[in-house]
Amino acid sequence: MSSTDTGVDFSLNRVAAMVRRYWYLLRSSWPRILDLIYWPAVQMLMWGFLQLYVSQNVGFFAQAGGLFIASVLLWDILFRGQLGFSISFLEEMWSRNLGNIMISPLRPVEFIAALMIMSIVRLAIGMVPVSLLAIAFFDFNLWSLGLALAAFFANLMLTSWAIGIFVAGLLLRNGMGAEGMAWTIMFLFLPLTCVYYPVSVLPHWLQYVAWSLPPTYVFEGMRALLIDHVFRADLMLESLALNVVLFAVASLAFLKLLQSARVQGSLLQTGE
Amino acid sequence: MDAAVTSAIAVDALVKRYKGATAVDGISFRLPPGSITGLLGGNGAGKTTTIAMIMGLVTPTSGTITVLGAQMPRERYRVLHRMNFESPYVDMPMRLTVRQNLSVFAQLYAVPDIDDRIASLAADLDLVEFLDRPNGKLSAGQKTRVSLAKALLNRPEVLLLDEPTASLDPDTADWVRSRLERYRIEHGATVLLASHNMTEVERLCERVIIMKKGRIEDDDTPKRLLDRYGRQTLEEVFLDVARGRGTQHEAAQ
Repeated sequence: MSSTDTGVDFSLNRVAAMVRRYWYLLRSSWPRILDLIYWPAVQMLMWGFLQLYVSQNVGFFAQAGGLFIASVLLWDILFRGQLGFSISFLEEMWSRNLGNIMISPLRPVEFIAALMIMSIVRLAIGMVPVSLLAIAFFDFNLWSLGLALAAFFANLMLTSWAIGIFVAGLLLRNGMGAEGMAWTIMFLFLPLTCVYYPVSVLPHWLQYVAWSLPPTYVFEGMRALLIDHVFRADLMLESLALNVVLFAVASLAFLKLLQSARVQGSLLQTGE
Repeated sequence: MDAAVTSAIAVDALVKRYKGATAVDGISFRLPPGSITGLLGGNGAGKTTTIAMIMGLVTPTSGTITVLGAQMPRERYRVLHRMNFESPYVDMPMRLTVRQNLSVFAQLYAVPDIDDRIASLAADLDLVEFLDRPNGKLSAGQKTRVSLAKALLNRPEVLLLDEPTASLDPDTADWVRSRLERYRIEHGATVLLASHNMTEVERLCERVIIMKKGRIEDDDTPKRLLDRYGRQTLEEVFLDVARGRGTQHEAAQ
């Protein structure tokens, strides 16, 4: 017996309802808001001071001002984007509200749209103050990257949403047993997407893997901008093309996992 | 006209198998519009799975389900806005206030005049003083009333209830039953109620379907069931079915 989860008849009103639900939750809890800023701030300060120390001793780093800070801020966009998506989804499981959501007229595509919007909201709450701190402490202005920043941001968000969608599918299918994936899956990308070093550092065979991941192009693009002062539009387009493929595959996987969850009865039991 | 189309809920030869276990084993029934039916059975009888399949939450292994003329789960988005569900085993977000929770669900169900609807339900279900309190700060009875308010927000034509008064004290449980009864009468809703509570089923339901090990063991009005089993209460009938003692007629044979 087939089930149709195509998400036709998209309603912005239902998306707005879900965004409102998550916004109410976020503003009701100051530890939740603090948590959005805390780690990005700690990371940025640590890497910023490290860069300061290294640049006083090595000429290369003195020329490439803000390389580590930019790396950590862009990495946080990728990591926090996915985490923001996944945590909003997990909130439904933690509160045992998923049953109510799944029997409502909300389509899966609307649910995903609401989670994507919330990941931007959560990211903005965390990253805007931290980017201002970077100006205050290290005189590094992320916003001065302008159009390049927009291209970096768009590509990193697309990747984070694709991973978030896939993790949401795993959670639907496997329940809270898959919660650990939500917290750790992105760390697989940390060494492979070459956040803090160029792709050329990797063994030759591993470079193929790195170039198959969309964020690698963003981090290479960032280094090209900060070291060579060149905006590599070609890298951004390649990243976008890979992101479109990744997003499509993740969405398909989500629908298949949701279908499987309905067959296995996992939506009834969202515990361990 | 096809009986499945004229019925509010039509279930035909419904089977649900999980790995190595059959939860629902070829059941069929039809519920006319405006009826209230009790689904009785012990733990693992298949009541919750049946309700979940009717809502489109679980995909059947085989068989068909039609709700308000729509094939479930394939056409669920045609009818989900005309249905609703209440169960003490499904919660609403704890940190959101009652008003916030209800307004989110009202928007999901495209309820017109949301504020008026919430005010009306709050007055009806005695929730006015709790509207701005977080859901997590309510007692079990208050939470049940909030869940009931959520289930009635969209004035559902089909209302599915899974043990709606479980863990409530007798007074609150009776109060909830009276509200359910009134809603059905005022709105002509079709209600399917899964319960372990025989008093509840006896009081509310005009028809009782008794399930055991995924199958329908009996299906009749409470009065005819009592007559057939020669019992005074549905609880005794339930025990007869659960322990395989059969009807009075079968026992005599």
